[in-house]
Amino acid sequence: MTRNSPAEPFSRSEASGPQGSPALLQTTGLSKAFGGVHAVAGVDFRLRRGELRCLIGPNGAGKSTFFKMLSGQLRPTAGTIIFDGHDITGEPQHRIARLGMGIKNQVPSVWDGLSVYEHFWIAARRRVGARAAGTAADRLLGELGLEAIAGREVGALAHGERQWVEIGMVVAQQPNLILLDEPTAGMAADEVERTADLLRVVNINASLIVVEHDMQFIKMIGGIVTVLHQGRILIEDAMEKVLDSRIVREVYLGSGHARG
Amino acid sequence: MAPARLSVVEPLLWIAAAIGLALLPLVLSIFQVVQITVFLIFCLLAVSLDLSWGLAGLLSFGQAAFFGIGGYSYAIIGINGTMTSAATLAAAAAGAAAAATIGYIAFYGRLSAMFLAVMTLTVTLILLQVMGSTADPSYRVGSAVIGGYNGMTNIPSLVLDPRGFFWAVAGLLVAVVVMGRLLMMAPFGRVLAAIRENEQRVELLGYDARWRKLLTFSLSGAVAGLAGALFASWGNFINPEIFSLAQSAQVVIWVLVGGRGWLYGAVIGALLVQVLTQYLGSIGTAYTSLALGGLLVVFVLLLPNGLLPALSRGTLSLGIRQA
Repeated sequence: MTRNSPAEPFSRSEASGPQGSPALLQTTGLSKAFGGVHAVAGVDFRLRRGELRCLIGPNGAGKSTFFKMLSGQLRPTAGTIIFDGHDITGEPQHRIARLGMGIKNQVPSVWDGLSVYEHFWIAARRRVGARAAGTAADRLLGELGLEAIAGREVGALAHGERQWVEIGMVVAQQPNLILLDEPTAGMAADEVERTADLLRVVNINASLIVVEHDMQFIKMIGGIVTVLHQGRILIEDAMEKVLDSRIVREVYLGSGHARG
Repeated sequence: MAPARLSVVEPLLWIAAAIGLALLPLVLSIFQVVQITVFLIFCLLAVSLDLSWGLAGLLSFGQAAFFGIGGYSYAIIGINGTMTSAATLAAAAAGAAAAATIGYIAFYGRLSAMFLAVMTLTVTLILLQVMGSTADPSYRVGSAVIGGYNGMTNIPSLVLDPRGFFWAVAGLLVAVVVMGRLLMMAPFGRVLAAIRENEQRVELLGYDARWRKLLTFSLSGAVAGLAGALFASWGNFINPEIFSLAQSAQVVIWVLVGGRGWLYGAVIGALLVQVLTQYLGSIGTAYTSLALGGLLVVFVLLLPNGLLPALSRGTLSLGIRQA
């Protein structure tokens, strides 16, 4: 069971939820090795329905690899992934997406030759008819404040705007679970704030896992924080407790902080 | 709302092209009609490549293979006395089947775009060797002798009258271009455009890119096969040179020069290059390859997107727009 696995030497707060409630996502012993390098090494992870979780950890902790296994972009070396009652371990990515998982990868991944409007339209069109997709795209343009650039080709947009477009696509997909890998990278301060607002709204209907380096942003959106280190879960707790943890400061912020 | 719309120019362009092509044989000599007919067949072949390369980003050097397979299918079935219209349909089906076989391996095997280009070229060159080694008269299908490098002769015409054949070819070209443009505009076509730009992003939204690419590639093979049948019918002759490296590269050059992703660009590129080849050939054959090579260098350096995108500045763009 997840609670006392050797990978997690620290106890969780009660905020991680009663074990009895059905998990939306549960991984057991999830591992990925690239040659001899264990990028993710036996992660037991559990996410409740409706939860907003932040995933942090130093570079190379295995966050992006973890996301890529969840979304089917990488096949796990070992372990299982249960999503919404389905075993999705090793399933093709489009099938996982159809079960209601949306992901924004770390490197912005958009369609440079297509307009902003088309991005939202195509994302929504998978589930609904052409007319409804148009309505959804219009609404999303309004919510994200992107009406002015609706007709522009995404290849010509600034980095922050491209991030918005990709986040918007994932929202247009209407998934049950949204994975966001560094959503605010390259955004200005006001854009970061708007992203936090948006995620709070999105969280009403969907569960979220967010990988971030920006501590201000993590404080803004709240939620439980899971710290990954060397492919394992180091600690899982509320933001303040995680920041207070000596061992987290040691591995995440560098040993200098822990001593000082 | 209508999810996508054509620019008002386009339907007018189609009508103008149809009227122009309908009237052309009435004012030209039979010799000119026959000459332009083969240009239009090459246009159809160029359009077939643009359907896969321009629309879905699937670069194939195998259009010559599907073209040749279509031509040989038409020849074999036609010589054996089947109705030539049925032979034409069979040629399109053969082209589609060949493309589907290669496409299935490439797309469902998750092979890279580079692999598709290399594999299609390899298949084409293998066909050149195989068809070239059928000189022995024992290589025959019914009454059709394959003939090795000598090729097949006495292939029946689809339409005997040169003007009638011109109209048939022109009608098919206009029909394929119009249907191709409508396909590009449809939701299916927009998802293909997204696959061309970033396939993984499309898959992460829940779309299965594999069958969409397979269908598009097969359609492209069908159109190339159809063009092959028309080509065999045009000269009443076919030989394995159709599978040569020069022929394979030629199709890519047409689309490169005209501009990919528009279908019109493929037509313009094929016409331009073929008319130029014809003209240079009439002066002296030594200069033809040199001049064409020079033209290609100029285009790659100065107009990497091809002629049409440089000229149109977006008037023909097809994206899904807001109501």
